[in-house]
Amino acid sequence: MARKLKIKDHAAETRLFANRAIVAMVLVIILMLVIVARLFYLQVVNHEHFSTASRNNRIKIVPVPPTRGLIYDRNGVLLAENIPSFSLELVAEQINDMDDTLNRLKSLISISESDLTIFKRLLKQKRTRRFESLPLRFRLSEEEVARFAVNRHLFPGVDIQARLIRSYPFGDLGVHVLGYVGRINIKELKRIDPANYSATTHIGKLGIERAYEELLHGEVGYRQEEVNVQGRTLRVLNKQPPVAGNNIFLNIDIKLQQVVTDALGEFRGSAVAIDPRNGEILAMVSKPGYDPNLFVTGIDSKSYAELRDSKDKPLFNRTLLGQYPPGSTVKPFMGLAGLEAGKITEDVFCPGWYTLKGDDHRYRDWKKVGHGVTDLDKAITESCDVYFYELAHRLRIDSIHDFMSKFGFGQRTGIDVIGELAGLMPSREWKRRERRLPWYPGETLITGIGQGFTLTTPIQLASATATLAMQGKRIKPSLLHATQSAGEQAMQYHQTELLEPIQLKHTRHWAEVTQAMRNVVHGSHGTARGSARGAKYKYAGKTGTAQVFGIAQDAEYEEDKVAAKLRDHSLFISFAPIDKPRIAVAVVAENAGSGSRYAAPIARKIMDAYLLKDKP
Amino acid sequence: MIIQPYTSAHQRKFSIANSLHIDTTLFIGLLLLASLGLMILFSASNQNPDIIIRQLTRLAVAFTVMIVVAQISPGQLRFWAPWLFAIGIALLVATLVFGEGKGADRWLNLGFVRFQPSELVKISLPMMLAWYLADRALPPKPSRVIVCGVLIVVPTLLIAKQPDLGTSLLIASSGIFVMLLSGIRWRFVFGAITVAVAAAPLLWINMHAYQQRRVLTFLNPETDKLGAGWHIVQSKIALGSGGTYGKGWLNGTQSHLEFLPERSTDFIFAVYGEEFGLMGILLLLSMYLFIIARGLYIASRAQDTFARLLGGSIAITFFFNVFVNVGMVTGLLPVVGLPLPIVSYGGTSMVTLMVAFGILMSIHTHRKLLSQ
Repeated sequence: MARKLKIKDHAAETRLFANRAIVAMVLVIILMLVIVARLFYLQVVNHEHFSTASRNNRIKIVPVPPTRGLIYDRNGVLLAENIPSFSLELVAEQINDMDDTLNRLKSLISISESDLTIFKRLLKQKRTRRFESLPLRFRLSEEEVARFAVNRHLFPGVDIQARLIRSYPFGDLGVHVLGYVGRINIKELKRIDPANYSATTHIGKLGIERAYEELLHGEVGYRQEEVNVQGRTLRVLNKQPPVAGNNIFLNIDIKLQQVVTDALGEFRGSAVAIDPRNGEILAMVSKPGYDPNLFVTGIDSKSYAELRDSKDKPLFNRTLLGQYPPGSTVKPFMGLAGLEAGKITEDVFCPGWYTLKGDDHRYRDWKKVGHGVTDLDKAITESCDVYFYELAHRLRIDSIHDFMSKFGFGQRTGIDVIGELAGLMPSREWKRRERRLPWYPGETLITGIGQGFTLTTPIQLASATATLAMQGKRIKPSLLHATQSAGEQAMQYHQTELLEPIQLKHTRHWAEVTQAMRNVVHGSHGTARGSARGAKYKYAGKTGTAQVFGIAQDAEYEEDKVAAKLRDHSLFISFAPIDKPRIAVAVVAENAGSGSRYAAPIARKIMDAYLLKDKP
Repeated sequence: MIIQPYTSAHQRKFSIANSLHIDTTLFIGLLLLASLGLMILFSASNQNPDIIIRQLTRLAVAFTVMIVVAQISPGQLRFWAPWLFAIGIALLVATLVFGEGKGADRWLNLGFVRFQPSELVKISLPMMLAWYLADRALPPKPSRVIVCGVLIVVPTLLIAKQPDLGTSLLIASSGIFVMLLSGIRWRFVFGAITVAVAAAPLLWINMHAYQQRRVLTFLNPETDKLGAGWHIVQSKIALGSGGTYGKGWLNGTQSHLEFLPERSTDFIFAVYGEEFGLMGILLLLSMYLFIIARGLYIASRAQDTFARLLGGSIAITFFFNVFVNVGMVTGLLPVVGLPLPIVSYGGTSMVTLMVAFGILMSIHTHRKLLSQ
């Protein structure tokens, strides 16, 4: 029935649709006429009005950059500031003959070759936005400003801009912590909010400047300006001021940073000082450094190539990226692993070498004549290798890996700057996955003395030492101390982040290892006994010497005869005072030689400066 | 009724256009419009060849897609309609859950391609409604009208949530047009309008802050001279200063001195109006009118209810899109982010648009001549 009805209605439906389609078409035409009427009103009736408005339409919305937040050290010493400066800037789109303009400018204002090359590179780069004004010269003198102002009408598209330029008064001292700002590039443009950065030319590239970019940047403001035909501002009509970025206070103590830098002296390397109670990084030095101020205004390619190709690798942040074999500094941790696993039962006799059953390869001790009968305390104090070969052999690689990982070896510490490396704590599984090779027993032995595949970064070493000092309490190391909103006094303090603590079966194991580390510096046979002479407090330490250069089975390592580049890295970890630790230090001095002779005195100077600063 | 497919279809003249299922009239109209659009874009983009090449590529892809779609018979489209709709809704929900995109979460990453499910719904909603309504005699009974209402409201709300007000408006209207064309009684229409007005405060509460700001700005542009009001003030100056004959191609000062924002995309109409004046605008609007009229003609000549409703909705939705964009640029309507079809710079919506025109062509070229 329904089917029949449908067929019957077919003609009616067609008619109904045709009616509706006609109504639709009529409506379309009416609405089109409304549009035309509106346009007639705009384009014909009010043409004069809008024409005038268009000719006078020199009102532009100009975004105003926010002032970047300042960076202070923990005591309020200014580490990064904004210096007002006049710069000569060009808008490429408004200049017809660039070469001619540049030539004429040269006769007016001194422009060096390197200024020109930097500018030309900027010009060639894919511009982040059109009508962007590109700096040619920074820090113009008052006389230069005046000279240009008089001749300004001759240079369309060229103007003097008063800008705030980021400046790092301590230069290379804090560069590997602070990083620097530089011009925003195309890649960065993709990850920032284009509206908020519409007036910003610089962005944090490295270090704190990069990690806390969002806090430091602030919010853009707007200015409604009346401009003339050349786009020059005649007057400001309206504005919405920008909100300056937050000020940042770091945990770094710049005075201690200076002490650490001086203590490292001529060595390449890195040293980190952490307050073990809260993870605050008091000083963090990677030597050599470089002057970040060069990068703010654009570095010319020659100077950059010099830095990049320098044998000393100043651009390389050794604290976070430098991966070193930890050498004997792992021994206290290995000792804990042994105690915890119940593998430390009897003393070991050290004849000066160690062999595995069924293998005549001799794993040597640093002391050729051997240490004789050795217990754990003696093994750490005198850094006996044979003892730890035996211990590693008993523990096996996987349990070493698991225990050391609890201290953060082979993992990023999570420090609040970007780009840290993880180091490496090898395991059977790792070797199968990465090298597609089985694990050999000999490799377990050398892992036991911090050689072989094991790699640590200085920050990792310092963090693990802090954990040792706190008897297992783990805190993420951090650089940020507090932030402060612009124009306000109140500070928002950074919350320290606790990591999963290490719990041992017996807390006395901590004391046992600490006692051995104390003997390293204060004991009569300690490897670093020289460094503790005259110390006003008691501290615990461990030396380490990391081989850079493999020595043949029977050859002798002689420091003086090995080329400087292949000399051993000198390492030292320590914390002080023993009863209530307030500072934990890790020092790596590249190619310096033995840990006791070079790195230990450096650590001592750092601890002295920090612990005795209030005392005469 | 028995239809014999090969009896009278052969009476039609044989030509390449016919064998490719292309409606020559509509094709020429679209081609002319696309050419004019490229000319406008060349000026609006400050003569940027990269942008022109990219837009040309998109146009080529979109026209190809149109021809491919034209090969699919309306019967097949009708068969797939409910499935496409179901997939569209599922993807919209997926976008809400795993979406990614700049600001608004409209994109769904399928691993090999990034995709806006709302584009699929633009086509599949009117298809679904036409499929549903074609089943029974028209005009539809009240209970069926209510079902249609639900079918419209679900995707509209899902897209409005993304938030994409322009597209959700477009999709809702495409559904509403199907219902209006189906012969729904006028008293339903007026009833619905009354309800809508009453529900307006509810909508207002659920709008995002920036959407509310846009409506307020529309009501009084002076309140936000530096923000959204700036767009309208500037585009009015651009249009008005163009006058009757315009400032000439590539000579628009408003657009080239960068006073006019979004000038390659949503506000491209203002660039055209400034450079070509009222005369140029009359030409452009005539082109649009020509395409819309042809679309409605094709719909009214279609042989079954499904094709008629779908074709009619496509034509009117196209007009609606033009009207909302031009209304926005001329300050008649609030600023809603909808591009000017075929002329604005942009990819996804262009392909969808051409799919719709492909369907219109399919409807027209797959007709079997019946004895009248």
